[in-house]
Amino acid sequence: MNILIMAAWLLLSGDGEHKGGLLDIDPGLIFWTVITFSLLLLLLGKFAWGPIVKTLQEREEKIKNSLEEAEKARRDAESLMAKNNEVLAQAERDAQDIARKAKEAADRLKGEIAEQAKLEASKLIENAKKEIENEKNSALLSLRQQVTEMAVGAAGKIISANLDAGKHKQLVDDFIRQMPSQN
Amino acid sequence: MITRFFQEPQTGEAAEKVDIGGTILHHITNSHELELPIVGVVKLPHFDPIHIGGLTVDLSPTKHVVMMWFVAVLLVLVFGLIARPRLVPRGLYNFLESIVVFIREEVVRPNFGELTDRYINYFLTIFWFILFMNLLGLIPYGATATGNIAVTATLAVITFLVTQYTAIRSQGLGGFLKHLTGGVHWMLWPIMVPVELVGLFTKPFALAVRLFANMTAGHVVILSLLGLIFVLKTYFVAPVSIAFALFIYVLELFVGFLQAYIFTMLSALFIGMGLHHAHEEHGTAH
Repeated sequence: MNILIMAAWLLLSGDGEHKGGLLDIDPGLIFWTVITFSLLLLLLGKFAWGPIVKTLQEREEKIKNSLEEAEKARRDAESLMAKNNEVLAQAERDAQDIARKAKEAADRLKGEIAEQAKLEASKLIENAKKEIENEKNSALLSLRQQVTEMAVGAAGKIISANLDAGKHKQLVDDFIRQMPSQN
Repeated sequence: MITRFFQEPQTGEAAEKVDIGGTILHHITNSHELELPIVGVVKLPHFDPIHIGGLTVDLSPTKHVVMMWFVAVLLVLVFGLIARPRLVPRGLYNFLESIVVFIREEVVRPNFGELTDRYINYFLTIFWFILFMNLLGLIPYGATATGNIAVTATLAVITFLVTQYTAIRSQGLGGFLKHLTGGVHWMLWPIMVPVELVGLFTKPFALAVRLFANMTAGHVVILSLLGLIFVLKTYFVAPVSIAFALFIYVLELFVGFLQAYIFTMLSALFIGMGLHHAHEEHGTAH
């Protein structure tokens, strides 16, 4: 196959009418292509591709680092939030506990106070009843004494005074008049 | 480029004497003169050929040599001075860098892996060199250096030499020779070795011809379409010719990028293949 192509090549390049046929290989051009390409490879390699590739590598590194850092920051934030949530939940639980305990204590206290108040009230009532009883007794006693005295006085007066009808009536009236003042 | 084309029918005494074939060939082949805007045709200096052994080498600069130098200077200017690398890319550098990254990540890395940055200079240089030569042939007064078989063949031979050098260095001479046997029984070697040897040389040959033919064909088609106007000697064909020529021109822009990419990609593939045999089981990756 190569031989066929070579033959076709020779045929085409053998066009003598034009100086430089389409398929003529000019050695000078080969020389200059090699020189130009080599120089370009050296120059661009040093001044263009080197810095560009270095920049690309730097950028890759930077993006990689940034992503890693962002991931780390995200993880940190997540763990921090979890911790915060934990603390918050604990606080809530504590608050509920405290409220419950306080309520219990208050209830207990309320019960105690009510009990005590009831007790004291009943004691007071008891005392009052006793007092009243005592007062009543002493009043009865003094009444009895006074009634006795009055009866004795009245009897003495009846005895000492004349027992006429007018006097008698006046005596009784006096006595009755005197009664409240002597009480 | 175009000016000469339109001058041709006027200079000839009779309009029938228009040499379309010669004009086309003149545009795509090398010459010792430059066609510049305003200044017109400039003769390039001519030196006496040098004799090396039996070979006569004419080292005087030609149109394609000048185009190559122009491309080289342009590349050094653009990449060395104008588009300086930045960590946060911007503007022109951003655009150029995106192509550099494409070559690095999509073309070279699949073949070289960890060794990408050790070989990257070669592929970036060859890609941009070919691309700029392809594209500069598409601007007025420009010439396509890659439309010259000597240029593409030289580049292909450079890739070939790098391929063999890399293969021998990474596999050793023994491994390299063993690869030529294709891993078959020794009785089959008389068949296998020539086949492998031919395979070795067809690769750069295909590289050279593909780039050369693609670059030449587009120009020939454009010039032929425009030539139709002069061949048919009527203005009515002009709109059609120009529309088609414009279409081919835009296609050529695409082909310019495509062929630069293909040359680079195949070079990376060939060179990378020699490298891979060192790590993989012999005979599997071919």
